[in-house]
Amino acid sequence: MIKYTKQHEWVAINDGDEKATVGITDYAQKQLGDIVYVELPGIGVKVNKGDEAAVVESVKAAAEVYSPISGEILEVNENLADSPELINNDAEVNGWFFKLVPSEESELEELMDKEGYDKYIGDLD
Amino acid sequence: MKKNSNKGLQVEEPLIFEQSSPGACGVDFPEMEISKNKLGGNHRVKPIGLPNLSEPAAVRHYLRISQKNYCIDSGLYPLGSCTMKHNPRLNEKMARKPGLVDIHPLQPQSTVQGALELIYVCSEWLTKLTGMPGIAMSPAAGAHGELTGLMTIRAALEDRGNPRKKVLVPESAHGTNPASAQMCGYEIESIPANSSGRVDTEKLLGRLDKTVAAIMITNPNTCGLFEDQIVQVADAVHEIGGFLYCDGANFNAIVGRVKPGDLKIDSMHLNLHKTFSTPHGGGGPGSGPVVLSKELADYAPLPFVVKTDDRFELIESAEDTDKKPFGRIKGFHGQFGVFVRALTYMLSMGSDGLRQASGDAVLSANYLLAQLKDDLSISFEGPCMHEVLIDDRFLKDTGVTTLDFAKAMIDEGFHPMTMYFPLVVPGALLMEPTETESKKSLDNYIDSVISLAKKAATENTKHFKDAPKYTPRRRLDETAAARNPILRWKPEKNSKNNSR
Repeated sequence: MIKYTKQHEWVAINDGDEKATVGITDYAQKQLGDIVYVELPGIGVKVNKGDEAAVVESVKAAAEVYSPISGEILEVNENLADSPELINNDAEVNGWFFKLVPSEESELEELMDKEGYDKYIGDLD
Repeated sequence: MKKNSNKGLQVEEPLIFEQSSPGACGVDFPEMEISKNKLGGNHRVKPIGLPNLSEPAAVRHYLRISQKNYCIDSGLYPLGSCTMKHNPRLNEKMARKPGLVDIHPLQPQSTVQGALELIYVCSEWLTKLTGMPGIAMSPAAGAHGELTGLMTIRAALEDRGNPRKKVLVPESAHGTNPASAQMCGYEIESIPANSSGRVDTEKLLGRLDKTVAAIMITNPNTCGLFEDQIVQVADAVHEIGGFLYCDGANFNAIVGRVKPGDLKIDSMHLNLHKTFSTPHGGGGPGSGPVVLSKELADYAPLPFVVKTDDRFELIESAEDTDKKPFGRIKGFHGQFGVFVRALTYMLSMGSDGLRQASGDAVLSANYLLAQLKDDLSISFEGPCMHEVLIDDRFLKDTGVTTLDFAKAMIDEGFHPMTMYFPLVVPGALLMEPTETESKKSLDNYIDSVISLAKKAATENTKHFKDAPKYTPRRRLDETAAARNPILRWKPEKNSKNNSR
């Protein structure tokens, strides 16, 4: 299941899996342009839904990445340190930011599904 | 006059290290005869890596690189939220007076009474223009002033027993504001702008509680608009025991017309290098004095100048005052040379001249707005203050981006405007002409902007994607520069370049 936020993050979780993966959407990477730096959260850090969890810097702008759900950070994508272009090339798979153990699964229901998000960005343009 | 007629003498200029030729030297020194030194074998025996150049080669190198520098003395510099205005030569003349140059901050105070008086008089002008009783002269630049202002607020709140947790920053505020608040140990809450480009007062007031230390507002804001709800905002933050910080970077629009003290602001920095015509950018240094309300004045940092019956005294220690300075934020007394220039500007303009300058700056911006509104997309309906905000709606479906448009401005012979800031609108182009430009100069600029906008509308995308054409370098690879910066020159391996 993949869900989306209005701030252009995605969160993916498989049924029965205990960890969720978070990244920014393809739309977000296009808006940002070439990404040159990513600051990732510390492992073991507890974040609440909507907390600033990472920072992404492109040649054009710096932007915060907010955690779409609450939980504890389990793993971060170490590859982004040397290859931030992964986000530009493959935002929604290999360009993931961090994995976390959700503490409130019900929060996922408040987010948009693919169809809802596509409509949302369609209205933005 | 034909535009862009001077191209032929654009020379490539290698780094000075790359121009080194062995043995070349500006002057011939006699061979040194040192039979014995007292360094105990620690003297350097290897070359120190300085380039070898003759005097004319060195002179040409520095002159040529200076010619690649675009500055306010070369032409119109419409960089929004930067107030790039003319630096009167009288300022420079005064700042070079031997009595002001050949002094040292550690001299006995009795020997520098004139310099102390100058700082005092300069601070009096600034407190009078802002209608605020307290001042800290030493902050070194705008963001340093923001930090100082917030530290003053923090000191006042700590004195009451609780420094509080949060600072609220509207999206229409300057980009450095959240960073300054964070540096001062506060959590930041961002407040959105409303559809008129001003802070959403309803949302702002909704976030106010006793954890809020301050609101940081920029007025006029980065959309070039006056925050007309500011008194209401001030009353509300005072109600909960917090303070109102105002970023004074755009003070040039209101000097002599609005006193920030009347707007109930508690703390505000002034960029002498913007509003008060001292050099800005590479030519700096900047200077960012902070004016303070009655409630904050006593917490201003050291040092400060006081006037006694017969002399001026520099208070450098908390023991010498019954006020409560929070400490010191800069070595010595601030950017003295900049105070000289700013005071020269204020004295030569006079209060009526300063008032006219702010009026002219606003008139220039509104002239741009009126001339550009049909061909470009103005973000918020005018009249504006000192700057005009345009977004990229006029480029929609043209294939031309804000970046391309800005690059094309270079080929027209203009420094580009500020781009992609503020973030309140998509693809922002922010222009601040200042009072420096004549109508003729503005018309020239307007012609170029409109002709480019028309070119973009007729799908001449290539013209923009190829820009700039007439610069020594075309589009730089900003991504590679950011991902893989080369921060210092190193000789190529096996190179015969033996800089010493």
